[in-house]
Amino acid sequence: MRSHLPDYDLVIAEDLAHALRLLASGEGWRPMAGGTDLMVLFNAGRLPYRRLVSIAKLEELNSITVFPEAVAIGGAVTYSTVQRHPLLQAEFPLLCQAASWTGGVANQNRGTLGGNIANASPAADTPPALLVYDAELELISEHGSRLIPYRQFHTGYKVMQSRADELLAKIHVPRPHRPLIQYGRKVGARRAQAISKVCFSALAEVDLSVVKYIRIALGSVAPVPLRCLKVEAALTGQNITGGLIANARELIAQEIQPIDDIRSTARYRSLVTQNLLGEFLGRLL
Amino acid sequence: MADTPISITLNGALKTVTVPGMKRLLDVLREDLCLVGTKEGCGEGECGACSVILDGELVNSCLIPAKQADGARLQTIEGMAQSGQLHSIQRAFAETGAAQCGICTPGMIMAACALLARNSHPSPLQIREGLAGNICRCTGYQKIFDALESASRQNG
Repeated sequence: MRSHLPDYDLVIAEDLAHALRLLASGEGWRPMAGGTDLMVLFNAGRLPYRRLVSIAKLEELNSITVFPEAVAIGGAVTYSTVQRHPLLQAEFPLLCQAASWTGGVANQNRGTLGGNIANASPAADTPPALLVYDAELELISEHGSRLIPYRQFHTGYKVMQSRADELLAKIHVPRPHRPLIQYGRKVGARRAQAISKVCFSALAEVDLSVVKYIRIALGSVAPVPLRCLKVEAALTGQNITGGLIANARELIAQEIQPIDDIRSTARYRSLVTQNLLGEFLGRLL
Repeated sequence: MADTPISITLNGALKTVTVPGMKRLLDVLREDLCLVGTKEGCGEGECGACSVILDGELVNSCLIPAKQADGARLQTIEGMAQSGQLHSIQRAFAETGAAQCGICTPGMIMAACALLARNSHPSPLQIREGLAGNICRCTGYQKIFDALESASRQNG
């Protein structure tokens, strides 16, 4: 059933301070960026927030700033803008690829990187890429801003380390400045518009078959976007061999926590995860 | 919340309507502006039937609250034909038989228009990616892709 329109209030934030003031007011204001998630809930009569402040056009949240050691991406930067950015394409291809997997062109023109994080779907496609790039989130409120490593942000299904008065202002990604082997794959029912059954993101630095550095993260296989720390630890410093790959496949099946749902089964997700890990590690040989 | 005035430059002409701020742009077009060329399919951003071009970008009008479109430039299917002459994309759709039931067609044409505005000669893969958010249950897509190739050839 549709939502009753007069029950809802939408304010377009004039500037960042205005948005933060409303969020801090204790009057129940919640942020809305591109609306590609919230409007779906609204259209279905299931949007719990009645007072929304639009942050989509805020200049402070719409920039991509390149520093020597990191790139700061505004929380309201869209998937389309991410994909078109030459430096992000060159240095963070997994992020651009994940942005291209999310919905179709129309969704990518509206949906935002900050929204993808704050909506906290474990099936979202950009979080695994942000995890392997060691992203840090900058949360801002009237009391100032703070940085939190992205890997600590999601603490349970749709539970996050953020307060109601905070906005996700920026996503900081450290620039790698060295050659990395990068691998990303989404497995879904079709290429476009499909929510992932498994979304896999990984990168590694390998020297003479020895893994010097490795990051592996997945979507749709746990209550949160999951970084596979145990598998990473088991692979770091090791010589890549068929035996090591077989062990890593077993280990990752223990580290993920997939479920049966409308899109897939736990068994299929586990097998696909192992196969994708095998494919990635095969490229390091 | 009280109704709020929303001004949109719609197909080149300034229009103002007074509606609830959270009213979907799709409903503003169809109910308040009596432009029913833009269709509703899924109502959740999956099918592309309600595609319009907002400030030069393809969007799903079912996911845009009216207030977020205040002050914007909006192109809809009604603005494609000029002076009784079909737009070249519309002509290509007619000539290649790219429409059957027609529900997806306005959205397809707007997606095609957004794609060709950005890239006048897209590759077959770029055509497929550009239309990936627009679902058609009749044609099997091939004739729609043919229409875009034909329209892009007319771009010279």
